[in-house]
Amino acid sequence: MMKIGLFIPCYINAIYPQVGVASYRLLKSLGLEVDYPLDQTCCGQPMANGGFEGEALQLAKRFDNLFKDYDYIVGPSASCVAFVKENHAGILAKEHHECTSSGKIYDICEFIHDVVKPTKLNAKFPHKVSIHNSCHGVRELYLSSSSEMNVPYYSKLRDLLSLVEGVEIFEPSHVDECCGFGGMFAIEEPEISVCMGQDKVKDHIETGAEYITGADSSCLMHMEGVIKREKLPIKTIHIVEILASQL
Amino acid sequence: MSTKHSIAAAKFVANKKQAAWHNETLWMVRAKRDKMSKDIPEWEQLRDLACNIKLYSNSHLEELLQEFEKNATANGAIVHWAKDAKEHNEIVLGILRDHDVKHFVKSKSMLAEECELNPFLIEKGIEVVETDLGERILQLMDVPPSHIVLPAIHIKREQVGELFEEKLGTEKGNSDPTYLTRAARKHLRDKFLNAEASMTGANFAVASTGDIVVCTNEGNADMGTSCPKIHIAIMGMEKIVPDQESLGVFTRLLARSATGQPVTSYTSHYRKPREGGEFHIIIVDNGRSKILGQPDHIKTLNCIRCGACMNTCPVYRRSGGYSYTYFIPGPIGINLGMLYSATEYFDNLSACSLCLSCSHVCPVKVDLGEQIYRWRQEMDKIGKASKEKKVMSAGMKFLMERPILFNSALWMSPVVNVLPRFIKYNFLNEWGKGRELPEFAKESFNEMWKKNKVK
Repeated sequence: MMKIGLFIPCYINAIYPQVGVASYRLLKSLGLEVDYPLDQTCCGQPMANGGFEGEALQLAKRFDNLFKDYDYIVGPSASCVAFVKENHAGILAKEHHECTSSGKIYDICEFIHDVVKPTKLNAKFPHKVSIHNSCHGVRELYLSSSSEMNVPYYSKLRDLLSLVEGVEIFEPSHVDECCGFGGMFAIEEPEISVCMGQDKVKDHIETGAEYITGADSSCLMHMEGVIKREKLPIKTIHIVEILASQL
Repeated sequence: MSTKHSIAAAKFVANKKQAAWHNETLWMVRAKRDKMSKDIPEWEQLRDLACNIKLYSNSHLEELLQEFEKNATANGAIVHWAKDAKEHNEIVLGILRDHDVKHFVKSKSMLAEECELNPFLIEKGIEVVETDLGERILQLMDVPPSHIVLPAIHIKREQVGELFEEKLGTEKGNSDPTYLTRAARKHLRDKFLNAEASMTGANFAVASTGDIVVCTNEGNADMGTSCPKIHIAIMGMEKIVPDQESLGVFTRLLARSATGQPVTSYTSHYRKPREGGEFHIIIVDNGRSKILGQPDHIKTLNCIRCGACMNTCPVYRRSGGYSYTYFIPGPIGINLGMLYSATEYFDNLSACSLCLSCSHVCPVKVDLGEQIYRWRQEMDKIGKASKEKKVMSAGMKFLMERPILFNSALWMSPVVNVLPRFIKYNFLNEWGKGRELPEFAKESFNEMWKKNKVK
């Protein structure tokens, strides 16, 4: 049986542990063997995106060692997963460390959709939700068709949500525009970042949804910050919390 | 940890109404581009082809440019080579002086902007008139373009009305676009008729025929090249394409990507001088050959200057062209600025959330966002990394490399939730602009797992 190592990014660990719990339950409910390698910290993306890839080297090495005995690495954060997938190999090459993670890491939605392929889920969520197509989910992991490209529409998130009883699914008009988080960008260009966040939340609200949902807690965290500051009538929820709603 | 870009951007976005208008106007151009590109079933194949043709051309510049020179010369054109902006400007001046040109009309050229040709010629006593409407408006206002395709996109028609009232004597308070355009047309008609020489840029140069191809919407390039007898076409050396078959790939992509038109109103092929006139072509390097030696950035030479990366960039749309310190703004401008002088233009690197929309919209597949990421890695080496960012990053590294410390930080972090607001938001000032802090969980996932609470 395949062994799955659950990857819980640092900020989910600290701020949204319930997303980690839902991820674990969801994978277990699909009959999979799931383990959480202890003492995970961070994948190094915040430093690297800020321009300090060198400071991600030891973290990438730790990461690769922690997960070396698993068949799959699965995590509930498209952006962190994309960083490991796209950048760890290059970072580790500087120390001639062969990266084993990048070829076997999946965002949890991608993994369930493409590898497990369930035809039904024990999930019920009688609410209107607006899908947040995150930049790295769309443009690095291809979780949905990017609005820039001329390819037929698809959305792995929508496919999975369609297995949930009672949910009504919407998407914002600027379907995959950035929410303005971008790691250090959020504090280096705060005015533009906030404006992007406000515009994005407004776009989600205009769908009539009660919840913004997506595969990236970082975007959801940013939009939640805007929502709480302005007391806006919408909430955020990670997609695994919906998919694991009855577990 | 602000940059010159973030400071200028904050000012631009502070005028909420104007910034929202700018954002929406450019988004409309992006939406038109989406619609047009989706009418072409083979769009993605075209992008691949275009990218590959450019990579081929730019790695065969020596033979293609010489083939071009041979054919253009055989057609009767005079080909010049300029290693940098200074040489380019001197060549232009030399041609104008040889023919005693006092009045010079130009259609839009980003290369002329790059070389700062206008101030150079004006200082030498030559009247230089921009004939593209947007460019002419900016010239009369004495400000630079804020976008490479839609240079005056940040200016509203009321401002144009006031400008024309002062400079062209139009009616007071009349800002009707048709009225103003007619006034500009009349004003420019005199300039065309009195000019002794004209300049165009080049969207493409075809090696197999020696043609210069110019794509415009207003017909001003053609007016310019049809009135005076002297035509000077200037081109960056990466404008070369092998033949007309490959040209067709680009003309299908250019206008659709730039403005959402199937094709520009005019696609003019210039091959030989007019009877009794001269046709000069100046091929300019100005740093381009240096880019050829940088594999991480070589794809910037693919750029066909369509501006689609600006229209899609969520930061550009909300911060405006003038917030960037290089004369080309947006994702391509960030990269070209860095290539031109990293120590001078590094401030623009902050203008990117790494959303990668630019890389996906680009018709010639320049990896714009990925290159910005790579440039950020260079900042510390050239001593331009932000001190605050460096401290933050080093702090994170220290914490994250030590799981015991990280776990105790997780254990302590709920304390932050109950700190008084003024302490919390004073400390986290930048995040606090418009956003509440997330609340730390009472128990981290690590804690829960160890206590066997994850079931």
